[in-house]
Amino acid sequence: MDLFVQQLVNAISLGGVYALLALGLAMVFSIMGLVNFAHGEIMTLGGYAMWFVTVQFGAPLPVVVAASVLTGLVAALLMERIAFRPVRGASVVTMLLTSFAVSVMLQVTFQNVISPRPKGVQLPPEMSRVIPVLGVEIGVIQLTAIVMVLVSLGLIMLFLRRTTLGISMRAAAQDFSVARLMGIHADAVVATAFAISGLLAGVAAFLWVAQRGSVDPGMGLTPIIKAFIASVMGGLGSLPGAVVGGFVLGFVEIMLQAWLPQAALPFKDAASLAIVIAILLWRPQGLLGRAADRV
Amino acid sequence: MALLSVEHLTVAYGAIRAVRDLSLSVEAGEIVAVLGANGAGKSSTLNAIMGLLPASEGSVRLDGREIHGTPPERVVRLGMTLTPEGRHVFPRLTVEENLVLGAIPLRDRSRAQALRRRIFERFPVLAERRGQQAGTLSGGEQQQLAIARSLMSGPRLLLLDEPSLGLAPRYVDLIFDLILDLREEGTTILLVEQNVERTLSIADRGYVLVTGQLQLSGPAAELQASSGIERAYLGIGVA
Repeated sequence: MDLFVQQLVNAISLGGVYALLALGLAMVFSIMGLVNFAHGEIMTLGGYAMWFVTVQFGAPLPVVVAASVLTGLVAALLMERIAFRPVRGASVVTMLLTSFAVSVMLQVTFQNVISPRPKGVQLPPEMSRVIPVLGVEIGVIQLTAIVMVLVSLGLIMLFLRRTTLGISMRAAAQDFSVARLMGIHADAVVATAFAISGLLAGVAAFLWVAQRGSVDPGMGLTPIIKAFIASVMGGLGSLPGAVVGGFVLGFVEIMLQAWLPQAALPFKDAASLAIVIAILLWRPQGLLGRAADRV
Repeated sequence: MALLSVEHLTVAYGAIRAVRDLSLSVEAGEIVAVLGANGAGKSSTLNAIMGLLPASEGSVRLDGREIHGTPPERVVRLGMTLTPEGRHVFPRLTVEENLVLGAIPLRDRSRAQALRRRIFERFPVLAERRGQQAGTLSGGEQQQLAIARSLMSGPRLLLLDEPSLGLAPRYVDLIFDLILDLREEGTTILLVEQNVERTLSIADRGYVLVTGQLQLSGPAAELQASSGIERAYLGIGVA
């Protein structure tokens, strides 16, 4: 039982990170039809910001978090302004290739300007401690992840439901040209979508780097692919779907990790993708996707 | 000076010209109809006036000010808005949220509050269903919401694209009564409709388009009385 609870905590914390990334992808996709594969590099930039402030200034934890989140925000806004605004309204393929180009250019820049090798990020030792919660030993990192994920998702939900800008975002995702008839500025809505995706990627970067303890040029690749899978599984373009998809994927991965026999562990990712395929065969539109909605 | 004046408007989709060299004007306080068969270019005309179709040529003036090329989100702030064909309410937002968005162009919050109260009096069904998702409303209710949402921006000039299309007869009556009421209260209306008889009975003037070109225009009463071949353009008596 204890083992199950511990694995559940791991699943929620890993799935939460996927959920944050998938929500960012879905947000941008629902507004402008772009799957931003350079989203992973926003995360990597957040990781480098953490490395920089810890190595250079020995910054305390809150500053490290702020550095990662703000870097994510600024990187996403710059990416939108420089790379994606010129191709807005272009074909899906054009936008997709643009995002691959941005992704590769950033990775090469990290390799040449910083280093191809991983940079260690030292966080305070309390972060890697284990504390008893209701009789179960739980890692501080996992606990932090769960709290930060829930707070981020809660704030996003409040923003989307309670503010005029948030309602405008949902409207623009449903019908962009009619949203403009309401006086909603296209630039503002798109920039806000990127800003939110950047903030979420910054939070995800902190949690990801805190877990692995280092950052390298290709760090963003694995999580972004996982997040893309999660958002497709949840129903591409559906915001609640992306969050659900992220948690489901995290749960599947952790449970396979915990209960697959030793000899089968190398096939863990294959097994989890097989489960995703089974889910998509059962619901081709994704868990919360709408069959007749936009693709 | 006309409230709206359109000169030499041409709208093209690729090589196909949907509207050719169209000129029309709307005076403050009028109900002006744009009539014609399916595909005559009526919706394209309204969309181009509103700035939703950037690939158009010609001049569009509101209060004498050139607005051709101005994006729709700016045009609504100048006091003109469009209720699009097919209603286009935001289906997964509530009735209330749809109305909140309609009021975005208004700077003045107290005016928005007053408009909202007025709209709930005028459309009691919307007040009843304010918390419901717009996609769950009936066609007639969605049309009321679409018009109400446009009214939330406090327009001086309202462009209505096929507001009675596909509605049950009692809703058709309601929409035409509403248009007369709005004019009574000082809103100018440019109306695109397929229901020619009803439209000419409430309009002051009309323009008749045939395959994107102006064929006929004049006071509504004259259009109503016009002879056989001209009536054919209007689609009257044609199954």
